[in-house]
Amino acid sequence: MLKNRIIPCLDVKNGRVVKGINFVDLQDAGDPVEQAKIYSDGGADEICFLDITASNENRDTIYEVVERTSKKCFVPLTVGGGVRSVDDINKLLNCGADKVSINTAAVQNPEVVIESSKKFGSQCIVVAIDAKKNGDKWEIFTHGGRNNTGIDAIEFAKKMEDSGAGELLVTSMDRDGTQVGYDIELMSKISSQVNIPVIASGGVGNLDHLVDGIKLGNASAVLAASIFHYGKHSVKEAKEYLDSKGIPVRI
Amino acid sequence: MNVTIVDYNSGNISSVINSFREVAKDKVNIEVTSDLNKIKSSDKVVLPGQGSFKSCVDALNKIDGLVDTLSEFAINNKKPLLGICVGLQMFADIGYEEVETKGLGWISGKVSKIDNQGGKFKLPHIGWNEINIKKESKIFKGIENNSHMYFVHSYEFVPEDKSVISATTDYSTDVVCAAEKENIFGTQFHPEKSDKSGLKIIDNFINL
Repeated sequence: MLKNRIIPCLDVKNGRVVKGINFVDLQDAGDPVEQAKIYSDGGADEICFLDITASNENRDTIYEVVERTSKKCFVPLTVGGGVRSVDDINKLLNCGADKVSINTAAVQNPEVVIESSKKFGSQCIVVAIDAKKNGDKWEIFTHGGRNNTGIDAIEFAKKMEDSGAGELLVTSMDRDGTQVGYDIELMSKISSQVNIPVIASGGVGNLDHLVDGIKLGNASAVLAASIFHYGKHSVKEAKEYLDSKGIPVRI
Repeated sequence: MNVTIVDYNSGNISSVINSFREVAKDKVNIEVTSDLNKIKSSDKVVLPGQGSFKSCVDALNKIDGLVDTLSEFAINNKKPLLGICVGLQMFADIGYEEVETKGLGWISGKVSKIDNQGGKFKLPHIGWNEINIKKESKIFKGIENNSHMYFVHSYEFVPEDKSVISATTDYSTDVVCAAEKENIFGTQFHPEKSDKSGLKIIDNFINL
């Protein structure tokens, strides 16, 4: 039976982890590779890096991070943030990323999704959808949530599936950083409208939120950042909790 | 010993390279090449494959003499070869992804889309699933039945002779996830991304 996945996400800026696990035995708490290794040793089903490096001159730092991580972690590695072109995707894959998540570029230029999924296969193309509720619909935001495009998120999700995306990483901008739980309505709407796996993201504050994302939101995988930081919960704890709630997980 | 990972522009193979190098350490030399002479002289060959059946077959055929060299290695000389993902699928006679495409024909059978029961099961089949070991295999030495492996695929290998099936996984139906015929091994899942169990399979293959 296919298991639901738990994906810890690390924000990486200029090659360093921005938040992250704060264990005393870490040699270098800011090193993304060391943190990723802790997650994968703890049973993470995948690792996600979100590159939030703002300046262009430091953008190459992520490549070095991915290269080092892929030599240490033998679970899938997804990298997103600032991915603009087929060439960017190619570079990340060559450094050892298994999947690349595309956000703004997928909205501005869906050709990138079509072309890259043809070239590299759908299995490595994740489209990241940042959505915010407006009335009775959700609209797509780009540029890290700063720009409202007015595009309907559900329609966009279907379009991305048709364009060749292998998975959708759906983040609720209303919930991101609030720790009040995923936007379940958004997750379940998108999940029911597409036939590719949906990864729920944005708003996790406790382990019950992960359960809800899967049980109520019908997500195939749940992504979370802050609950795994500072040792609040380990990936292992999260899995045991999901297991106790009858959710199939890899233990 | 030399193990060659065939680099034929079949998509992203860096994870395959990293995992084999991790397992091999300094004991075994891991080559990454499409050089025919190097393939001929190696002890074992790994045939990765990502993307579509057609794109991988096309990429193999693009390199002059590669298919013949691989056939000579695996079929005539009976040296160990491991196909991963589409690398396994290409053992078949024929594949139906995009358009009907001829495979290597090393293990009779076809590659068709997983029956997802009209959308009841999402495709691609992505994530960790258990393998049901169907027959004893040297590459499963030390691997417990129902171990988890990492999958990403929408198509499955359906061999004619069911005795080649070494493991299946349950996704909508019993999907063939490992096949073995004499010296030819194949996994539909990605051992290179399947953590410790996956690395163990790689270790078993290297130590055949």
